[in-house]
Amino acid sequence: MKRLLFAGTAIVVMTAAAASWAAMDPTATRKAVMKNNGAAMGALVKMAKGEAPFEANAANLAVRVLYNGSIGYTGLFPAGTETGGDTEASPKIWEDMAGFEAKSEALSAATAAVIATPITDLDGVKAALGAIGKTCQGCHETYRIKKDG
Amino acid sequence: MFKRIIFVLLALALVGAGAFWLITAPDTLAASDLSDHEPDLENGRYMFFAGGCASCHKTPGQEDALNLGGGLELGSPFGTFRVPNISPDPDDGIGGWSTLDFANAMLKGVAPDGSHYYPAFPYTSYQRMRPEDVIDLKGFIDTLEPVSSDVPGHDLPFPFNIRRSLGGWKFLNLDGKSFEPDPALSDQINRGAYLVNGPGHCGECHTPRDPLGGLQRGEWLTGAPNPEGKGTVPDITAAGLSDWPESDIAYALETGFTPDFDSLGGSMAAVVRNTANLTPEDRDAIAAYLKSVPGGQ
Repeated sequence: MKRLLFAGTAIVVMTAAAASWAAMDPTATRKAVMKNNGAAMGALVKMAKGEAPFEANAANLAVRVLYNGSIGYTGLFPAGTETGGDTEASPKIWEDMAGFEAKSEALSAATAAVIATPITDLDGVKAALGAIGKTCQGCHETYRIKKDG
Repeated sequence: MFKRIIFVLLALALVGAGAFWLITAPDTLAASDLSDHEPDLENGRYMFFAGGCASCHKTPGQEDALNLGGGLELGSPFGTFRVPNISPDPDDGIGGWSTLDFANAMLKGVAPDGSHYYPAFPYTSYQRMRPEDVIDLKGFIDTLEPVSSDVPGHDLPFPFNIRRSLGGWKFLNLDGKSFEPDPALSDQINRGAYLVNGPGHCGECHTPRDPLGGLQRGEWLTGAPNPEGKGTVPDITAAGLSDWPESDIAYALETGFTPDFDSLGGSMAAVVRNTANLTPEDRDAIAAYLKSVPGGQ
């Protein structure tokens, strides 16, 4: 049931993301991708904390969602989108686009590695969370300015 | 008539200078203030992470938290500070410092040559640390690799470049009190209070400051503008953390993940790299303490 709920949410959000892309709104699209990342992380974190039962398919699906979201992500930061649309993007992104791209590639690499050797147990979930979480932090540390709290 | 006025003004100036000199004199510990405590290197290492030393003193651009060559630049409303080398290097670091020198730096903000440190070095929090924990920390740092580095001095415009005047700042802002557990509170909350207000120095970012940079202790941990520019540092009192169960606070300090599965970023990323090294009990204690601070809003 929960797996369906998660998959359903992911599909809705991805559709919304695709729709806003179609509306040529990179800021809204990239916010949707990140929201989706949060949902995917949520599935993994709940398993790691023991708040949800471990399910290999759901775990690997979550990692796949994170991978898909990371491909082409930096393309959602064209010049002109530095402000507006309630963005939390730091100006540092445009000052150091190469650095930002490197951080995004780190997420792609971390998730690709898990896709190559899929998760089969809870230890795999925790290991994936550690590796992927590091890439989240590594980018947010420099390239995001949180709006409220 | 004029001669009289000038004489009185000169006298006042002299008295003023004398008062300034007295007020800004460095207050230091004597050797007798420190016990004979043998350094516990394991606790020293623990205090190193609890104190977040690496976040400022680690050589930038590399991952080794124990490489303490300094050089990080910290922006502030008062100018740019450059973090010193605290590796045990005898020429570029603190090699050769006595335990008393180290204690005076951490607890009094005074250098071995008697000059004041700028409170960018958060001795207003470290002053709460137990001398034994400080002695342990020194013992641990002495075991690390000496690092050679040439860190330039701070870049501070007049009048902030007058070190002696920091004595006045300390007169206003350093109360010299070490941590006193509150007998009405649980051991866990007292431990959390010690970690947050002593080595953790959380209040240094999470508490608002007055125009001279002094901490507004009446608004402890209620949040502040980001000293390095844009954004705000959040309220981490019970009021500010009302959406966060205690276990989520402890989990965030361990993994960086928030209750809505976001990842803590900005300066908190470095903090989490340190708090990840604490025991789960200590992270729980920190969470329990934060939930016990009522807050204003």
